[in-house]
Amino acid sequence: MSLIDLAAVSFAYGRSRKVLHDIDLRIEAGRNLGIVGESGSGKTTILRLLLGLARPTSGRIAFRGEPLDPRDRLFMRGFRRSVQAVFQDPYSSLDPRQKVADIIAEPLRSLNVDTDIDAAVAEALASVDLPSGAAGRYPHEFSGGQRQRIAIARAIVSQPELVLADEVVSALDLTTRIRIVDLLKSLSERTTLVLVSHDIGFVALLCQDLVILEKGRIVEQGSARNILSAPKHPYTQRLLESTPRLPDFT
Amino acid sequence: MADLLNIENLTIHHARQPLVSGVSLSLAAGERVGLIGESGSGKSLTALAAIGLLPEGMTASGSVLLAGQQVIGAAERDIVGFRGTAVATIFQEPLTALDPLMRIGDQIAEVLRRRARRDGRSVSRADVANEVLALMARVALPDPTRLARAYPHEMSGGQRQRAAIAMALASRPSLLIADEPTTALDVTTQAEVLKLLETLVREENMGLLFISHDLPVVGAAVDRVLVLRAGELVEEGQIAEVFGRPRHPYTQGLVEAARAFDHAIGAAL
Amino acid sequence: MTDATPALSPPSSPRLTPAFVIGATLVGLHVIVGLITLFWAPYDPTAMTGGRLAPPSLAHWAGTDRLGRDLFTEIMVGARIALAVGIGAVAIAATIGVTIGLLAAFASRTVDDVLAATLDILIAFPTLLLAMLIVAASDGASLGTAILAIGIAASSIVARLTRILARRVLAMDYITAARVSGTGWLGIVRIHVLPNIWPTLIVNLALQFGLAVIAEASLSYLGLGAPPPNASWGRLLQEAQATVYTAPFGAVAPGIALVSLVIGLNLFADGLRDVADPTRRRR
Repeated sequence: MSLIDLAAVSFAYGRSRKVLHDIDLRIEAGRNLGIVGESGSGKTTILRLLLGLARPTSGRIAFRGEPLDPRDRLFMRGFRRSVQAVFQDPYSSLDPRQKVADIIAEPLRSLNVDTDIDAAVAEALASVDLPSGAAGRYPHEFSGGQRQRIAIARAIVSQPELVLADEVVSALDLTTRIRIVDLLKSLSERTTLVLVSHDIGFVALLCQDLVILEKGRIVEQGSARNILSAPKHPYTQRLLESTPRLPDFT
Repeated sequence: MADLLNIENLTIHHARQPLVSGVSLSLAAGERVGLIGESGSGKSLTALAAIGLLPEGMTASGSVLLAGQQVIGAAERDIVGFRGTAVATIFQEPLTALDPLMRIGDQIAEVLRRRARRDGRSVSRADVANEVLALMARVALPDPTRLARAYPHEMSGGQRQRAAIAMALASRPSLLIADEPTTALDVTTQAEVLKLLETLVREENMGLLFISHDLPVVGAAVDRVLVLRAGELVEEGQIAEVFGRPRHPYTQGLVEAARAFDHAIGAAL
Repeated sequence: MTDATPALSPPSSPRLTPAFVIGATLVGLHVIVGLITLFWAPYDPTAMTGGRLAPPSLAHWAGTDRLGRDLFTEIMVGARIALAVGIGAVAIAATIGVTIGLLAAFASRTVDDVLAATLDILIAFPTLLLAMLIVAASDGASLGTAILAIGIAASSIVARLTRILARRVLAMDYITAARVSGTGWLGIVRIHVLPNIWPTLIVNLALQFGLAVIAEASLSYLGLGAPPPNASWGRLLQEAQATVYTAPFGAVAPGIALVSLVIGLNLFADGLRDVADPTRRRR
């Protein structure tokens, strides 16, 4: 089943600055998608379009086959509940003046989800391996990795079908990074992930499908296995060659 | 041959809290040494202590010999004298090293003139201008004549880091300290800048102290590596040794994590 | 080092700086005095109670003015007026300023530019000039016109500050996260923007309070404030001007009252910065 479809989507800032050209892409339930690109590739703009925070200059975006219309309140409520997000900077993505419990509960309250909020928050905290005592604390009492867990808890509390993650591990240390990858892996058993990142290694750990973006255009898309083992486009090849890795010493 | 940098039993305190404890390292001309650590490991502080630029309120003890001169306890005005010739530093964000209101060419020229004054040479405008262009070509900045007239904000991140490297080279240092120099760059740009650094260090026979949290990047940039954790040295050795057969559990964890990402994209590409 | 266990340290408690304690004490003293005058004062503030321009004595702690009224009583009543004007003006400034500032922060580029330019023009107007215009437009000088004039003058400053602070908050990722969570614009203002700009705003409002007290004294000094027999400190200073060489205490006493309240408010504002914002207590 396709969750979100982008058909011939373009986006421009103002009249002339076109940052996305003719994007066709499909997000299917149960298949994690990695959107890989460097700065200026337009990956952040795609993310904003997928979240309904911006509207395409031309082309169509559909959620479960229905056109995504930010003005349709009822439709958007269902969409917001089903599509959540985690952002790059674990410091600016949590309101410093709110307690963790309120941060996590925000989607439930704003979308009027009929549920036991305290129980849902406790369950979300448990899912991201944070102690229940975290609920009564403020974000500044936590480390970067813990904050990213709180952000993930907020994204899954409404039990969405799709979680979009924007460079979620870039700001973290390597050992923390690998734990967040493990957490995302266990989450992807119940929700579909879309990972937007410049780091093809991170994306490859979690995604079945890949989209490679260069300067606002999709240069290659398909199954991760095929792209990684036999990249066709020169840019994909260069990206893979440039990615540093530990030499094999054994 | 005398070491460019010799740190012995360096300890850094802030408000009675030890931030770095008992770190020792030495670096000779032509040597490339990496400092690996996660946030809070003290890797950047160690580098700052090496050049006598610790932030206010921090105290260092132990011994730091930079080009044979003791840095710890020395007055700032004594360090200034030899720091310029001994060492140059490039940082993660080149924008902090570049003056936003000055053309790139002029900024490099300034360093060249300072070096000439220091050596007691007089240089003509034309000489300086030519050397600026030569340096910019050296760091592979495209179209040097045009870019020399550009301001930092008119350049891409990769170009800015190249410009910062050109400025570092302009002072003809014997030691180059690079603190996460490629972390803010795109992967493809990072590969180019790493290659550039390698070439320059080899051709100029400089020493390189490369600081990063990123194991594969360090592995590509240096021959010998020190692993720091919470201010303490946990392991050191040749790259092949430390990454191939890590002894300390912490290093093992790091290497394992890095390998996980590598395997995902196919280790043997 | 493991990221899964938060360091459950006890929550830090507000740090009360000496500046804050001194400021709060000074302001508190004025508030208490002001409240007392509602029920009791040593003398009738308008009655002639002793010789003219009598020096301070046990019966008249601050002496008497040229009509023989007890100066200490007048200063006590003056505290009430100063505080009333401060509260009124700050309330007006906060209401108008925060509303306009938020609107500008959320508005489209063009509307924001127009509002920002208007605010800059308003800020360039001296409070006194504005007050004279308002007094001229109304029936005459009164406590109400003084409050209104000072409040409107301060509101442009508050609006500009609110706009800058709110813009900064709106650029944060947690606002995007709130939009993704389905939170509407009003909710974003209430849940995220106001709580985050409040610490800085409240400090500025406390400073505006001090400025309002000075402005009220200046207006009264010029005869544009509360008319007699209201014992404003500004009017006491103005009346003492003619006899400042023969009876200096007539100027010194209200001067001390005015300065102590303004200094108190400024120290209070400074201390408030640390108390109001828990995130500043991190290190």
